[in-house]
Order: sequence, then structure tokens, then C-alpha cells
Amino acid sequence: MLSRTAENLFWMARHIERAENTARVLDVAHRTSLMPLDIEGTQAYLWYAPLNITGCADGYEVKYGLAKADTVTHYMALDPDNPASIYSCLRLARENARTVRGAITSEMWEVINDTWLELNRLPRQMDTEKFQAFFDWVKNRSHLFRGVTLGTIIKDIGLNFIKLGTFLERADNTARILDVKYHILLPSLTDVGGAADYYQWGSLLKSVSAFEAYQKIYRDVISPQRVSELLIFRDDMPRSLHACMNEVEAALIDISGHSGHEARRIVGIQHAALHFGRIEDAFREGLHEYLTGFLENTALLSKEIRDAYLSRHDRLLNP
Amino acid sequence: MNTKILKKYFNEMYADNGAVREIYKHYGHWLKDLPEGTLKRKNAEAKLLFRRLGVTFAVYGETDDTERLIPFDIVPRIFGATEWQRLELGLKQRVRALNAFMHDIYHDKEIIKAGVISAHQVLDNAQYRPEMQGVDLPNQVYAHIAGIDLVRVAKNDFYVLEDNLRTPSGVSYMLENRKTMMRLFPELFAKHTVEPVEHYPQMLLNTLREAAPPNVAYPVIVVMTPGSYNSAYFEHAYLASQMGVELVEGQDLFVHQQKVYMHTTEGPQQVHVIYRRVDDDFIDPRVFRPDSTLGVPGLMDAYCSGNVALANGVGTGVADDKSTYLFVPEMIRFYLGETPLLSNVPTWRLSEPEDLKYVLAHLPELVIKEVQGSGGYGMLVGPTSSQAEIEAYKQRILEEPAKFIAQPTLALSGCPTLVDSGVAPRHVDLRPFVLSGKEVRIVPGGLTRVALNEGSLVVNSSQGGGTKDTWVLED
Repeated sequence: MLSRTAENLFWMARHIERAENTARVLDVAHRTSLMPLDIEGTQAYLWYAPLNITGCADGYEVKYGLAKADTVTHYMALDPDNPASIYSCLRLARENARTVRGAITSEMWEVINDTWLELNRLPRQMDTEKFQAFFDWVKNRSHLFRGVTLGTIIKDIGLNFIKLGTFLERADNTARILDVKYHILLPSLTDVGGAADYYQWGSLLKSVSAFEAYQKIYRDVISPQRVSELLIFRDDMPRSLHACMNEVEAALIDISGHSGHEARRIVGIQHAALHFGRIEDAFREGLHEYLTGFLENTALLSKEIRDAYLSRHDRLLNP
Repeated sequence: MNTKILKKYFNEMYADNGAVREIYKHYGHWLKDLPEGTLKRKNAEAKLLFRRLGVTFAVYGETDDTERLIPFDIVPRIFGATEWQRLELGLKQRVRALNAFMHDIYHDKEIIKAGVISAHQVLDNAQYRPEMQGVDLPNQVYAHIAGIDLVRVAKNDFYVLEDNLRTPSGVSYMLENRKTMMRLFPELFAKHTVEPVEHYPQMLLNTLREAAPPNVAYPVIVVMTPGSYNSAYFEHAYLASQMGVELVEGQDLFVHQQKVYMHTTEGPQQVHVIYRRVDDDFIDPRVFRPDSTLGVPGLMDAYCSGNVALANGVGTGVADDKSTYLFVPEMIRFYLGETPLLSNVPTWRLSEPEDLKYVLAHLPELVIKEVQGSGGYGMLVGPTSSQAEIEAYKQRILEEPAKFIAQPTLALSGCPTLVDSGVAPRHVDLRPFVLSGKEVRIVPGGLTRVALNEGSLVVNSSQGGGTKDTWVLED
């Protein structure tokens, strides 16, 4: 496969996944803001979280200053100037898809193209109620895209690059959500099992569609440690770090080939650590430190994948 | 607007007495019995289909909504098998002669020595590529893909308007139009035996295989595009996927020891045939435009060494130039010893003082084109232009007369077309696609372009033209 094609497939999937994750983060922020807060800092504090998770706090501050519900939502959902907004992600995903139309199925293209056309028919300004519907729509389009992809594309190397994009982005996002939320929710650590935990950690779980899974698995009050365990180590939880790394490793093994040794080595170590790791150890190390280490590792992995498969430096002349 | 010229033209569907022509008989019945509003509804459906499939076309110079649909008209243009066969023979003859001409002018130049065409006309042409002198191409084919524009002025009278031998486009519309028609009107296809065109990509793939350097058993073929912002990008991607080959950009390729490779996830892979949709000027910054970022440094070197084939070949522009066009009937006689089956439009060359004098005196009746122009840009249609437009154009001609040619305003045939007021005749032309490899091949049909504005004779998509499905039926 052409390196440029692989690169566009990778980023197409990554942008779609990113749009979905941003919708999830904003959705939960909206739900949380409706609840009485007993945390310091109130509104602004709450609305910095989505900015921090998606890494667009700096861009926002330049444009708007203090974090407020309506401006943060607009900036992250619909602002074309924000390269990480849902709007930009869906635009970029379509650009990627357009560049590699021959490498994806017509059904995939139709979903991506339709999504973009529909997005442009939506009003530029929305109230809270409309935004809730919008977030659901974004999630649905992402589900549809994944379904159409798995249902129509030939299982070749291209699909593996799509998977790499999807699951690296998802792992990255889950780690960030957990990290940022943990910071905010830390004050309530002493009050394990209290009402605040139920709502706050509950909303975190909902943001990654893990609320019901939690109840099923633990059948107990919501505790930060178990939430972390679920989102990091449980491999049966589709958005956990472990589950994501399963997929990333499988895709890299499938791609195989002459290059990519280093990528396979890094993901192997990472996967083993998640497979055999324990939440107690992660907490002993400090959850923030643990997650930071994970994010650094993921960044390294992304770089290795780029160098081995996606970049176009002349490998014949410089083997 | 002067509508005098429009009063008399050949109507594809109706004879002068108003009767439906034989070949349109079934279609005519079907159309008559169609419930009111059905066509408009189907038309809206077609629009939606095209938009969703992303069959779009970028129009240069439009700032907003640069991805535009080329209007698709749902009334087909129909040929009978016999009339099509005559066209097919004429097209094959013409393309064979053009390829022979290009081989000749880049080798022994017999046609110049014989005095049929002047050395000045060929060698001083900006599109003549001295780099190609003595380069041997497989099967001596230069234009593997040719789009020959035809217009009809009477039942048995067709003219070649121009030969497109560089990177002719539009074939994806021919294919998509057929697909759409079959989806919208399956009952019509049940009633008619329409010659298929869907195997064009296979035919193209065979043609490209035959273009490969000799002694390459399994040539690796790619389609090369300037990129996703090119107006015909959709077509490049479409053809690549239909043929099952990679769609590459210049940045995906590199040259090492006079061989061309593409960057893949498996490492470099050698490429043997490049169906390039990038103009000569941009394919190799070392030889042609140094500022080009669309090309591949060293590509010409690899090409001239015979390690890679380019389709179309380099230097075809000299043969489809509007001033060279004049000589094509002579080429047919010279190389093939045959009588031309298709006629040229009578053409005045404004580089000739006599011609210039006549043309300047008759501007309101004529069509003036730039010798190097294409896409309907920068032309003057005398009868439909205002006095001021004609005057302004005259100034341009006087600045450099050799840049222009003139032709009589042809009464292009009219074909029923769905417009706001219902079904009404609009002027059409036809671009069949001629493929040359070891043999010359054509799918029955081509792209019919239609000037959607009433009375307009300009069918180019960039100038408000649309397209139609083109049927060849058993007689």
C-alpha cells in the first residue's frame, strides 16, 4: 500500500474517533453542569476540563479568556478556527477520505461525505438542548462509520491502518479523560462511596459508555480505584487502555513487513504491562504519573508507526 | 442575442416534419406516456445520487462551493448501430494517423520532408518537445487515450471539433451517467438493447498493460494525479479504483538509477506504467517547469531510458494544437493512404494575412478560439456575443493574430433535454474516448455534453454545460 494512502486512512479514522470523543467529553460536561457542584472553582473549573482533555486550552484562552459553558462548547464543537473542534475533525476526516477514495468503499465514502454535508446544514448557533442532540448525532455518525467500515471493507492492510488510527486515538482519549477528571475529582477521594462520587465518577463512566459495564462487573458503589481499573486494565471494556492496545498490537502484527520492528516492540511492552499490571501498583506510583507514562509511550508509538510506514523518506537510498 | 443561426439545426429526436426518428421510437413512446412530473422527480433523485457519491467537479476561479456538480440531464442521446460504426471507423482512422504523425515528427520527420506540413508549424510549436527526439515508445503509441470532440450538423454530417491528446477527461461521467440512468430507469434498459460502456476501465487497463516497457511480464500500473484539488480529481480516483491500481501523486514517486519507484508501507516498489493526468510542463522539474511540485525529479530520464511508460506520452500537445488540427486530414492521406472518414471544420488561421482579413470582417458570424486554449475558456462565439464583446476580442486578436483560429459557427445538433419549462432541445456535442495499445479500441458511446442555456453553443462544463448518457442501440 502507498505510504500516503496508509497515512490518510490512519488519519481519517483518527479524526472520526476524535470527533466522537470530543462529543462525549462535551456531552458529559453538559450533564455535569446541570448537577449541583460541591467542588471549588465551580463553572470555570468544570469547563476547563474538556479543554484540557482535548488539548485546546491555549487556543481557547487566546480567543475567549475565561472558560464558560457556551463559548467552550461552541469552540470545541463548531469553531472552524479550532483545529481540534468536531467541525474541523469531520472536515479533515473527509479530506483524508477524499484523498484515498479508491482505498475505501463507496459506502464508507458516502457516510463520511454525508456527515460533512449534514454538518454544514446545521445551524451555526445552538442552545443546550440542540447541542445534546448534536452530540448524539456525532456519536451515531462515528458508530455508523465504524459499522460500515467493518461491514464493507476488505480485510487487508488498509483496515489495519484504520484500526491503528481508531484505537491509538481512543486510548489517548481515555487516558486523558481519566487523568483530567481524576485531578478535578481528587477532593472527593476521602468521601468514597458518597453521592458526589456517584455523580462525578458516574458521569466519567458515562462519557466512555462504561457506566452500565461498571454496574455489571462490580455490582457495588462507584469508587475511583475501580473506575480506574475498569478504564485501564479490563480488556473486556471496549474503551479501556488494555482493549485499545490489544487492537493496536494485533494490527501491527498483521501489518508485519520489513519495517516496524520498533513499533511492534513498544506496543508489545505496553500491552504486557496492561495485561499483567494491577491497579494497586498504578495507584502506588500515582495515577497521574502512571497515565503520563502511558501517554508518552503512545506518542512514541505513533512516531514509530509514522516513521516505519507513513512517511515518505527515501528508504531505498537510506535503508 | 441573435437567434438566427438557431432556427435551423439537426434535431436528434425529431425529423423536420415533427415525427419521432426511428431510433428514438421506443423512447418517444415511453416519454409520451410518462405521468406528469415524473422526469422532474427522477431528476431530483439523480442530483442527490451524484452529490452523495461525490461526483463533483472543481471549477477554476470560483471561490465558494468549489466542488460543483456537473448538471446531469436524464434524457439520453441515442445513436443507431450503423451510424455509430461509421463514426467508430472514422475515429480509429484519425487516432491511428495522429499517432503515426507523432512518431514521425519525433523521429525521421518524413511529413515535413514531403512538404505536407512546414517545419515551422511543427518544430516551432511551443508544445513540441525536442527531448522526445529519437525516443522509441512501445507500439509507437503516443496518445494512448484520446478524446475526440465531434459535432453533428446533419443526419450524416459529423465534424471533428478538436482532438484531445494530452489528458482528456470526462470518461468517469460517461460511466457514472450510465450507472445513474440504469438506477433511475431500469424499465428503459429492459426495453432497449443499449450497448454497454461499463467495461471501459478494463479496456483502459489492457491498453496500459500493452504500453508497458517490453520484457516486463507483470507491469505495475499507477494513475498519477496532481492531487485532490484538481478539477478532475474525482475521475482520477474513480479510474484508479475501477482498474484496481494505486492512485499516486508526484510525492509518492521517486527515481533511482533511471527507474521509478513508489513509497509503500512495504518499502519502495517499482512502477512500469504511469497513466498520468499531469501536464507535460509539470511532470519533471529537472526538465520542464522547475517550480513544479506535482512532478517527479528524474522522471523524464527514466522515461527516455525506456524503464517506465507514460500514458499519454510526452509531447502529444503538438498534435492536438488547434493550428495542427488543420493538417489531420492530410496526415490520414500521408500515413495511411486512406480518405478521411471524418471531416474537419473549415478553419481560418489568423497567422495568414488573407485569413485574418476575412475573419476580422466577419467576426459576428464566426467562432474564434485560442490555438492553445481548452475547456471553452477564452473563446468568442460571434453570433451570441454583444458588439462590445466582439470589439474587445478584436483587440486581443490584433495583438497577436497567430494565437487564434476561426471557424464558422456550426449549427450543433439539438437533443431533447429536461429544462425548467419541460423537455426542450438543447445543443449537444460528443466526446468518444479512443484507446490505443497494440490495437485501437473504443467503447460504443462517449460523453455527450449539452449546452443547458437556451441557444447556447458552448457545452463545456466550466461554462454552464451539462452531460447526458449516450446510447448506441441496435438498429
